[in-house]
Amino acid sequence: MFKQLIRRSSIALFVITIVASCVGDLDREPFTEVTSATVYKDFGNYKHILAKLYAGLSMTGQQGPAGNRDVQGIDEGFSSYLRQYYQLQVLSTDEAVIGWNDGTIADLHYMNWTPSNEFITAMYSRIFYQIALCNEFIRETTDGKLSERGIGGSNLDEAKEFRAEARFLRALSYSHAMDLFGNVPFVTEADGIGSFTPEQISRADLFSYIETELKALETEMKAPNSNEYGRADVAAVWCLLAKNYLNAEVYTGQAKYSEAITYSSKVIAAGYSLQPVYEHLFLADNNNSPEIIFPVTFDGIRSKTFGGMTYLIHAPVGGTMNPSLFGINGGWGGIRSTKNFVGLFPDPNGSQDKRGTFYTDGQKLEIDEIPTFSNGYPLIKYKNITSTGAHGSDAAGDYPDTDFPMFRLADMYLIYAEAVVRGGAGGDMGTALGYVNDLRTRAYGNTNGNINTGQMNLDFMLAERGRELSVECGRRTDLIRFGKYTGSNYLWPWKGKTLEGSAVEDFRTLYPIPSTDITANPNLQQNPGY
Amino acid sequence: MRLKLLHSPYLFAILTLFLCQVAFAQNKTVTGRVTDSSDGSAMVGVSVSSSDGRLGTITDIDGKYSLVAPQAMNSLVFSYTGYVEQVVDISNQSSVNISLKQGNAYLDEVVVIGYGTVKKSDLTGAVTAVSEKDFNKGTLVSPQQMIAGKVAGVQIISSGGQPGGGGRIRIRQGSSLNASNDPLIVIDGVPVDNGKISGAGNPLSLINPNDIESFNILKDASAAAIYGSRASNGVILITTKRGSNGGKLQVDLNTTQSIAQPGSKVDVLSADEFRTVVNREGTATQIALLGNSNTDWQDEIYQAARTSDINLSLTGGIKGLPYRLSLATMDQDGILRTDNLQRNSIGLNLSPKFLNKSLSVDVNFKGSQSNSHFAPQGAIGNAVFFDPTQPKLSGSDTLGGYFEYLDPATGTPNTLAPKNPLSQLAQYNDESEVIRSIGNVQLDYKLPWVSGLRANLNLGYDYVHGSGKKILPRTLAEQFYNKGTTTEYDQKKNNKLLEFYLRYDFNLGSRSDLNVTAGYSYQDWIREEPSFATFRGIDTIAKGNDFKTQNTLVSFFGRLNYTFDSKYLLTATVRRDGSSRFSPDNRWGTFPSVALAWRIGQENFLRNSNVISDLKLRVGYGITGQQDIGTDYPYLARFTPGDSSSTYLFGSDYYTTLRPEGYDLNIKWEETATANAGLDFGFFKNRVYGSIDIYQKKTKDLLAVIPVPIGSNLTNRLLTNVGNIENNGLEISLGSQIVRSKDFSWNANFNITFNNSEITNLTKVVDKNAIGVEVGEIAGGVGNLIQIHTVGYNPFAFFVFQQVYDTNGKPIEGVYVDRNKDGVVNDQDRYRYKTPDAQVYLGFNSQFDYKNWTLGFSTRANFGNYLYNNFNGANAAYASFGFNNYLGNMPSNVLETQFEQYQLKSDYYIENASFFRMDYISLGYNFGRVFNDKIGVRLSFTVQNVFVLTKYTGIDPEIAGGIDRSFYPNPRVFSLGANLSF
Repeated sequence: MFKQLIRRSSIALFVITIVASCVGDLDREPFTEVTSATVYKDFGNYKHILAKLYAGLSMTGQQGPAGNRDVQGIDEGFSSYLRQYYQLQVLSTDEAVIGWNDGTIADLHYMNWTPSNEFITAMYSRIFYQIALCNEFIRETTDGKLSERGIGGSNLDEAKEFRAEARFLRALSYSHAMDLFGNVPFVTEADGIGSFTPEQISRADLFSYIETELKALETEMKAPNSNEYGRADVAAVWCLLAKNYLNAEVYTGQAKYSEAITYSSKVIAAGYSLQPVYEHLFLADNNNSPEIIFPVTFDGIRSKTFGGMTYLIHAPVGGTMNPSLFGINGGWGGIRSTKNFVGLFPDPNGSQDKRGTFYTDGQKLEIDEIPTFSNGYPLIKYKNITSTGAHGSDAAGDYPDTDFPMFRLADMYLIYAEAVVRGGAGGDMGTALGYVNDLRTRAYGNTNGNINTGQMNLDFMLAERGRELSVECGRRTDLIRFGKYTGSNYLWPWKGKTLEGSAVEDFRTLYPIPSTDITANPNLQQNPGY
Repeated sequence: MRLKLLHSPYLFAILTLFLCQVAFAQNKTVTGRVTDSSDGSAMVGVSVSSSDGRLGTITDIDGKYSLVAPQAMNSLVFSYTGYVEQVVDISNQSSVNISLKQGNAYLDEVVVIGYGTVKKSDLTGAVTAVSEKDFNKGTLVSPQQMIAGKVAGVQIISSGGQPGGGGRIRIRQGSSLNASNDPLIVIDGVPVDNGKISGAGNPLSLINPNDIESFNILKDASAAAIYGSRASNGVILITTKRGSNGGKLQVDLNTTQSIAQPGSKVDVLSADEFRTVVNREGTATQIALLGNSNTDWQDEIYQAARTSDINLSLTGGIKGLPYRLSLATMDQDGILRTDNLQRNSIGLNLSPKFLNKSLSVDVNFKGSQSNSHFAPQGAIGNAVFFDPTQPKLSGSDTLGGYFEYLDPATGTPNTLAPKNPLSQLAQYNDESEVIRSIGNVQLDYKLPWVSGLRANLNLGYDYVHGSGKKILPRTLAEQFYNKGTTTEYDQKKNNKLLEFYLRYDFNLGSRSDLNVTAGYSYQDWIREEPSFATFRGIDTIAKGNDFKTQNTLVSFFGRLNYTFDSKYLLTATVRRDGSSRFSPDNRWGTFPSVALAWRIGQENFLRNSNVISDLKLRVGYGITGQQDIGTDYPYLARFTPGDSSSTYLFGSDYYTTLRPEGYDLNIKWEETATANAGLDFGFFKNRVYGSIDIYQKKTKDLLAVIPVPIGSNLTNRLLTNVGNIENNGLEISLGSQIVRSKDFSWNANFNITFNNSEITNLTKVVDKNAIGVEVGEIAGGVGNLIQIHTVGYNPFAFFVFQQVYDTNGKPIEGVYVDRNKDGVVNDQDRYRYKTPDAQVYLGFNSQFDYKNWTLGFSTRANFGNYLYNNFNGANAAYASFGFNNYLGNMPSNVLETQFEQYQLKSDYYIENASFFRMDYISLGYNFGRVFNDKIGVRLSFTVQNVFVLTKYTGIDPEIAGGIDRSFYPNPRVFSLGANLSF
């Protein structure tokens, strides 16, 4: 009896011990990843998180060139911020067509996209991915949280700079959202993570929010040219303000050309100078450029992607073009310009205006068929070659070193000039003409292309922006500001899905809110017309 | 190398010589008569056999039999469907007369269920057992191939013809969208990891099918719910062969030697047809690219491939220690040149009993080592696409001597052009080694102080180590710019199991029986994948972050079986599972089930029926769960570091990035409620038997990846609980012994399944206009999707444009129906058209036995399944020769459509893939005991993949997932099998 009792109770004890210890095993923690609870305790991690915020503009995931992606629901290469920004800003205009058979990509140039277009969805997702990551960082680096975690001294100062830059990056992405989509969901660091449905903000209110943020940042960001390469400083803030003010009438109905002059002037006075040779702005060593104010950086070994500059350089190379002249191992045979765009330049060979150098061998000007590469002239601009002719760092020739100039001085010159032409206060025509002729002198290599005040009208300004800032992701915004994007007063081949070009409804100055988000978020109202 | 010798064709010869040397021994003749115990009448066609089934005969019209048996044989088994099987000792007698009692012999079979066994007659759930005699025949290198087509409600779709290839198993369709739809597989009590294994194409191919004795498939919730959170997709219990109690050593040698012949090819233009088309349609530049050769690239990449499979098993018992040891070696070539798999495996089972047989011990050990040389499967697509007018070799030494397309401007390989598939096959060096071991020790103890109480402890493990290296030389065209690449990988999986349960059987008086089981289970999975540097000719890419992950499942379970009067049965189970994948608040899930069965056949009014010999009605309901979501920490806020190729430049330093991950704090169990009603029946002394089951599965809190309200999380798509899916079906299985006589018998089995799945909700907020979630990436362009999950439709429905045809029925290029009638045709005019899942599928198999001959075959048919013919969609347009400096071949379909550009999303390419196919036909001859009774010899000849009847125009109508893009063709296989027993 006693023996039995011992046996039974020892078995029971054995069982209880095992069960109790094992239920505790359900609290498993990751091995390779760090949890939020610990990551912000170590200031050493902060800069790496900040690096992700910048990298979000350039790469697509945690493995280069692809793998462990940030944005889902689309091919990873397509999910690149810069690649989609290019596609929505450039492919829907006279600047370029692309010949591929990728989903609804042709609809961008046809201008008949719908709310389920995956490229529009990808851009929208990428913009808000960027905003959500910035919000998270800003939320975790409030003064309160920093002091809670005992971060002080120079670390504290640096953390505040990081935070300001995160706010700038958020304002940049919100500006893109405002420009492309208009009325969008609005989330800030005040919102948490989880199951809530963001409210929609009107385009005009978003404009004010961004304006307030950027003005607040003027005192928090580092002085022009004083930050590390790749990181934004206050000049980038001014650039963004200037660009937004230039387009304020489109965004809010209220013109702000004087403010555009104020802020472009601030940048112009900040110590940047024009790159002496135009072509060098877009080469593998453009990180040395005195003109670029805020770059999105790439590297052939350490910052690889199938989007970004890899796409911008490979996609317009095809036909009989020699890829090694572009510092790459092969072209992707996709992008060519329409004849309207070629026509902005005096000739297609860049023999006068070097900004307009197109490849014409085996190509024809007319684009009878979009898929056929030999239809249309590819523009020669971005290359993975240094100003001294050396190839980029990737010996295989896949991934370029070339950085993308998100903001550069020439843009500020043209903003200043256009704002003056449009009647903004605080500037003068003479200075404006000087800026324009500086650019044209650089382009021609002499003063043959210089203009006079009488020639500097609005039509000229649009064309000059097209020439100077070609395929730098601004064409759509410019055409809209000049009223030439939709409607029928400016047509180019395949606009409206016809060979000669045809009218497009005005509501297409805004892209639709993707149908996935209309479904997921009942607070959202679709943009009119869709 | 030593093992390689075993697979040589000389094996048979050597063995035969060896066998001839074996000494002769004594025989005896046993005779007798078999009668029916109810009326003493002679029974015809009763099977009289040795206990191992190797030797046997059938009674004649007078019920008489005569059998020559080895002197040492000491028992005979008498069996007849519908009668109680009898085993008779013949050690001291040469004349044995037997009278068989009518009974439900097959109903007395013991069926393995989760945590125990039950008599088949006492089953209350939908459970199907498949044992060795019903297994498919031929060259079977992976377990799932053994039961394809045999069970209603179970679909096994071949994953293609690669060595070790298996198939996707679905029990009653999937019940999930993004969580796993694979059933739980339990081998000898150890739930095994069915996830992807690095270095092995098919995780189950590491298990030697020859060691398997039976499969028990738990289909409905009342049967499977004891496995709780992992049972939503059904459970397959695999039992391996074991030793016999007190038996003599028996040695069995089974070999199968086979040749696989490449089957169908994609129908592409021949070199001459291609030349004609390019000359007619192409530009001068394109015509100039044509070559003068005639190369059928598909013929070049495939080969006749051999497989050799040799199994040796030793079975017996030493002083009450039954054992079985098996050793096997398998060597399989793929029909794609250079593909090869070699597997060596060992299995050991010991099942001794101690303490007056009150303690049963069951020890299982299975180990396998497999070595693969993988042929690059990209060569399949390249062979379809490669220009047939080009030669195989270039005549120069560069690029390994192979012809490749070069960029005319640089003279170096064209990066966009397809690469010569023969170069890839010859030069890829992609090898892996995988070691897997599954084992357990199970102790079952009849506790001496309470009668009827047993304790069972099961300790098990499943260990996998896969590693491999891929060396791509610089002479490969695709490696030209990298100057060669070497990559490595390594994966270890370490899964542990501890289970303990108590079972109490007791009698509540004369007519009621009750048994109760209660237990506890702990299982832990660890997966480690270290990272390796990539070595390229031009540089070295530093290794990334090592990966390691773990999850743990703790469970409590219980079952109650109550039987009243042997007629009324009740089973109730409950399982409570805790998973480390969910937050403490959502961690625990409870999964109950209840089932009732009524053995109508035992009622007085049917007991003496001559027609109905058995009838049982079953109804059950239960809830099962799902947490197999591929990620282990979905509820935790965490950061992932980037690798060395995704750093970002600040100043002059490149910073590793740290990315916050999206997460769902509230993620929890997906739950499936299943209702099942079934009827088991047997007619005419069970000469005809079968089951009908009807079921409904409703899954809620579906674990699905859906778009989040943008901005609300750190991701645009999140794995979360959303939506519902519904699954309805009807399964009928019928079996019959149609003819049964002394020399001839004929058995046939038929099963048919009707199934329909529908997504009933897929959003957090109901939105009638929601189009759904697009899925199903296809070849052609980049990132094109062809399928969609939408509320009100089947999962994975095709989402396409409706093609417009001209009066001759020819599709008009680029012209589609404006389905929403808004005047423009754009992506909003796509519609949901058909589904990849068969609405009806059936299996029919039959076996004829004539004297010593056996002829068997198995056929299957699917109806209502559609495939996207991606080969045509992505290649059948004249644009294929419009690329930059190279020409691509096209499927012959282009001659019908005359399409200039690809029309990827036209419903023209969604084809009806209903089919009827013969999986195998097999002829066997049993020589009985030869060489003076020393050796039992059976030979068989089998042809697998005999024929397929289908309207589908691609190479195979049966492709899991519904997209035919780069399918490894299933070959036709001719096998010669020999079984020798000593």
